[in-house]
Amino acid sequence: MGEVKVGHKSVLLSPSPHLSRRLNTQRVARYTMLLATTMSVIVTVGIVASLFPTAVRTMITIGTQIIGISWAPLFEPPEYGILPLFTGTIFIVAIAMLVAVPVGLAAAIFLSDYATFNLRRVVKPILEILAGIPTVVLGLFGLYVVNPLYVEKYWPIGEPLAYSALGAGFVTGILIVPIIASVADDALSAVPRAMREAAYALGATRREVASKVVFNAGLSGVVAALILAFARAFGETTIALMVAGSYPKFTANPGDPMMSLSAFIGFAGIGDAEVGSNAYNTIFLIGAILFLITLIFNIVGNRIIAKYREAYE
Amino acid sequence: MSNDLQTKQFHTEIVGNNQGSAAQMNEVKSGPRIIDPVFTLEDVSVSYGKYVAVTDVNLQIPSNDITAFIGPSGCGKSTLIRTLNRTNDLIPGASVAGKVMYHDADLYDSKASAVEIRRRIGMVFQKPNPFPKSIYENVAFGPKVNGRPKKSELDEIVEKSLRGAALWDEVKDRLGASALGLSGGQQQRLCIARSLAVQPEVILMDEPCSALDPIATLRIEELMMELKKEYTIVIVTHNMQQAARVSTYTAYFVTEVNPLGDLRTGKLVEYDETKKIFSTPSDPRTEAYVTGKMG
Ligand SMILES: Nc1ncnc2c1ncn2[C@@H]1O[C@H](COP(=O)(O)OP(=O)(O)O)[C@@H](O)[C@H]1O
Ligand SMILES: [Mg+2]
Repeated sequence: MGEVKVGHKSVLLSPSPHLSRRLNTQRVARYTMLLATTMSVIVTVGIVASLFPTAVRTMITIGTQIIGISWAPLFEPPEYGILPLFTGTIFIVAIAMLVAVPVGLAAAIFLSDYATFNLRRVVKPILEILAGIPTVVLGLFGLYVVNPLYVEKYWPIGEPLAYSALGAGFVTGILIVPIIASVADDALSAVPRAMREAAYALGATRREVASKVVFNAGLSGVVAALILAFARAFGETTIALMVAGSYPKFTANPGDPMMSLSAFIGFAGIGDAEVGSNAYNTIFLIGAILFLITLIFNIVGNRIIAKYREAYE
Repeated sequence: MSNDLQTKQFHTEIVGNNQGSAAQMNEVKSGPRIIDPVFTLEDVSVSYGKYVAVTDVNLQIPSNDITAFIGPSGCGKSTLIRTLNRTNDLIPGASVAGKVMYHDADLYDSKASAVEIRRRIGMVFQKPNPFPKSIYENVAFGPKVNGRPKKSELDEIVEKSLRGAALWDEVKDRLGASALGLSGGQQQRLCIARSLAVQPEVILMDEPCSALDPIATLRIEELMMELKKEYTIVIVTHNMQQAARVSTYTAYFVTEVNPLGDLRTGKLVEYDETKKIFSTPSDPRTEAYVTGKMG
């Protein structure tokens, strides 16, 4: 360093103590977040690692018997036809969606485009409370109200029984209505007011604005709401077990008892399944199947959402 | 429903904004003589809840011409222009007092349908707001909700509207592409095309160029000069050069603050031919504004 020339300014670029502290904080924050992310990846990998070896081994033992219509792995001789669990799951989820999609979407459109500010302020928290009702309470409602008072009385096909897929689907539908309504309302309410004003300025009625403009513009969020609700219905165990029963009947009559994939895990997982027993092995198998199906739904769902995003944003 | 306005014959005497009324109301120092006005506003005040945003507005808007609303930010220009097609109805708590006449019909008559009013009196907004749909669907939206045109008719309306908005040549090869891929200026012209498609009589424009670059702005201004042959245009602008370039009449608004300083209300200061407003305004406040001493 020679002499500093007149007119030159000496500049200090190293951080001041205050800036050093801020930089440290942000470094700590970064590592914390990295750790959290890594943990969730490790847990996922852990689940796969603990689930799949047993699942695959069980699958190999069962072989083609799995494509059968009788599921009784805990009996002697065991039967491994998995189709009843699939039909049980499909019926319960389909009935739930049939109930919840129209109601949930209508509620979402009502909240975003018809309700006054004050009404919305009251209804939104109620929805969130509804979404928080313990599933065991809904299960009791299904078992002691829906099944005996409605399904048994009015369902015309087959013999009336204490359990039914119809009741379970209906009650699961009640469970997911608030999810659809709340998440879809968030999506629709987030559609800019400018979009609504543009449509009104062209002589559209409120219904046309809501259904042709707002719904379209918020579609990716609406689809996300439906996927979320679907996943919730698909994984719901308590209601399925309490209301549809624990009998994996292979039937097309929704008034009959049925068993879903998750209900089987809930059912077989309650007793103490010895390592290596049939119960133990099949729980792992069904668990892995649930995991895979959920994974596929997530991937497909994200694709669909991304597609709408691309087209509309 | 489409006859709401026609069947209801509302006969009001049209109060001219000439010497007579100018003497009575010192808000309007002088006013142009307007024959067969499209809009006649009498003592119009617009409030949001208890807050009066703009008050005592008296003016008449001529047909097939461009009328500009100018004035500093917050003086109620948007509020007022939005009362001309009842867009303010959409804001909870907004209310209008006084009389807003559209030809001989009262826009705020209980029998008048806001939907029909908006079909006849279109609006272009500050920020281009195309729907997240294709270019074609954007223009077709209005005709579709207002009737059930055949595909061939619809194609014709879309082309005619896009030509009318000087956008056809730029988009004719990609009508199916998303409107959101257009530039800001193109999007704004698409919004103009979209409102032309429902065959309005009036187009209200609320600062249509404030989000655009100078070249896109110039194109919209050229378009407006073209459109005024067939449409009545009311434009809000805070760009005085723009008002001077395009409009025939100009209304200048200010925000008045009460002596306590706790109430601010928009007022119409002066309404006249644009060339008079920009050369020999009657009110010193207008002069200060147009010569750049204020605002
Ligand atoms: N939706 C609204 N609710 C309450 N006040 C509003 C609303 N819109 C505008 N205002 C108020 O009304 C006054 C006039 O606003 P605006 O018409 O937007 O003015 P300008 O367009 O001239 O800038 C402002 O004081 C503004 O804060
Ligand atoms: Mg404004």
